Amino acid sequence: MPIGAQSLIQASYFVAAGLFIFGLKRMSSPVTARGGIVWAGVGMLVATLITFLWPEMHNYVLMTVAIAIGGIAAWISGKRVAMTDMPQMIALYNGMGGGAAGAIAAVELFAGEAHGLAQLTLGVVGGVIGAVSFAGSLIAFGKLQGLIKRSFRFRGQNYVNLLILVITVLVGGIIVLHRGENMAAHVTMLFVLALVLGFTMTLPIGGADMPVVISLYNALTGLAVAFEGFVLDNAAMIIAGTVVGSAGTLLTQLMAKAMNRSLANVLFSGFGDTSGAPASGPAGTMKAIEAADVAVMLGFSQKVIIVPGYGMAVAQAQHKVWELAQALIARGVAVKFAIHPVAGRMPGHMNVLLAEAGVPYDLIYDADEINSEFETADVALIIGANDVVNPAARTDKSSPIYGMPILNADKAKNVIVIKRGQGTGFSGVENALFYLDHTRMLYGDGQAKVAELVQAVKQL
Amino acid sequence: MIDGFIALYIFMLAAFTGYEVISRVPVILHTPLMSGSNFVHGIVLVGAMVAMGRAQTPLEIGIAFVGVALAAGNAVGGYVVTERMLEMFKSSKPAPKAKH
Repeated sequence: MPIGAQSLIQASYFVAAGLFIFGLKRMSSPVTARGGIVWAGVGMLVATLITFLWPEMHNYVLMTVAIAIGGIAAWISGKRVAMTDMPQMIALYNGMGGGAAGAIAAVELFAGEAHGLAQLTLGVVGGVIGAVSFAGSLIAFGKLQGLIKRSFRFRGQNYVNLLILVITVLVGGIIVLHRGENMAAHVTMLFVLALVLGFTMTLPIGGADMPVVISLYNALTGLAVAFEGFVLDNAAMIIAGTVVGSAGTLLTQLMAKAMNRSLANVLFSGFGDTSGAPASGPAGTMKAIEAADVAVMLGFSQKVIIVPGYGMAVAQAQHKVWELAQALIARGVAVKFAIHPVAGRMPGHMNVLLAEAGVPYDLIYDADEINSEFETADVALIIGANDVVNPAARTDKSSPIYGMPILNADKAKNVIVIKRGQGTGFSGVENALFYLDHTRMLYGDGQAKVAELVQAVKQL
Repeated sequence: MIDGFIALYIFMLAAFTGYEVISRVPVILHTPLMSGSNFVHGIVLVGAMVAMGRAQTPLEIGIAFVGVALAAGNAVGGYVVTERMLEMFKSSKPAPKAKH
C-alpha cells in the first residue's frame, strides 16, 4: 500500500508540473490565457488532494484547518479586491508563498530532517530567501496600500543592509557546518535576521519602482520554493519553483530595462520617490484649458492617442476613459491607447485596468508599436501619466530619468494633460512636456474631468 | 530520493523552460503572467503539508501550521486574482470600427 500511494503521489506531482508549464505557455497569448490558468489550477488541485495520501503523516485535522483558514481568507480577499488594488494583493499572496517556504525550512531545520551537506545548505538558503521575500512583500503591500507613506532612508543604509546580509550568511554557515549544536538558537537567529533584511531592503524603495520590486520578489519566492523542493525531494516544487524563478527574473529585467536602470540601481539608490527639488525647471509656463474646449478638440480630431498612467488608477477613471473613447469612436475618430511598460505599480497594470473597463486589447499598443504614430495624431491625451512621457528623458543629460525609453507624446500635434494639480511625478522631476507650446493642462480629478469630456463630446 | 545530479539537471532544464515560456509574452499579459507564476509557486503548499505531516514538537507543528495556511493563501489567492484578470481580456471583434 505505501508503495502504491507513493507512486500515485509522484504521478500526481508529475502531472501537476506538466500542467503548470502548459498553463504558463497558454498564458502567453490573450486568446488562450484564460484556459491556461484553469489548467494550472487543475494541476494544483490534484497535487494538493493526492498529498493527503502521503504515508505516515500526522496532524491531518490541523492541516485541514490551516488550509481552510488560508484558502478562505485568500478566496474572499481575491474576489473582493478592486482591480486598481491588484498590485498590493499580488505582493501579499507572493509574500505568503515566501513565508511558507521559510516555514518549511524552519520545520526541517528544527526537526533535523535535512540530511547531507547539500540539502542542509539549500534548505538554509531557500529559507533565508523565502523569509526575505515574505518580509519584503509585506512592506511592498504596506506601501502600495498606503499604510506606509514614507520611505525610510539614511546615510550608509546600504552598508547596514550589507552587514545584516553578511551576518545572516555567517549564521547560515554555522548551521550547515556545526549542525546540532545550539540548533534552535541559531535557526531562530537566522530567520530573525532574514526577516529584518527583507524589511530594511524594501523600506527605502519608492512607489514608482514597485513594478520591479514585486516582480523580483515573485522570482525570489519561486527560487525559495525550488530550494525547499530539493530538501523535501519534491520534483514538482523544484520544477514549478525554478520555472517561476527564471520567468520572474526575465520579467524583472524587462521592467528595469523599461526604466533604463539596472536592478542594483532600483534596489540600492532609492530614486523612486525622492522629494528632492530639481535644480532648474524647464522654460515656459503651464497653460490651463477648460473641458469644453478639450471636447471640441477631441471631437473634431481624426486620430487620438490616449496615454494612461498611475493617476488613472488612483482616480478610478478607467471606465470613464473607455466611455470617452467610445464616444469618440462613434464620431469616427480613430482612438488608440499607448501603454508604457512601467506605467502603474506592477508590470502591465494599465492593461488590466483598461481590460476591466472593457477596452478591447487590440486597441492597446506597446511603446514600440505606437511611438512612430504620435506624429500623425491630432491629440495625445495624457491621463495621470508623468515620467513616462517626459521628453527630458530623450534630451536632458542632467535629468535623473535621462535615457529612459518614453512614449513620444510630445510629437503629437496637440497634447492635453489631465492632472490633479501642478507638481512633479514620482521621480520628483519636472516634466518638460507640460511646458511645451502645444500642451494644455486640464486640472482636476481624473474621473470627474473625463466625465465632463464625455458629456461635452456627446453634445457636439 | 532524487539523486544530486538528476536534481541539477531538473533545475537547469526547468530554468530554461521558464525563460523560453515567458520570453515571447506581449506586454499586455505581463500582469496576468506574473500573477499566474505567483499562483504556480503556490505548489509550496504540498511541501508545507508534508513538513506538517512529519512535525513532532508543538513548535514545529505551530510553524508548519502557519506555513500551510500561508501556502494555501498563496495558491488560492493567486488563482482567484489571475482568473479574474484574464476573464476581462477580450478582443474588439464585436465592436465596430475599432481598428484603423
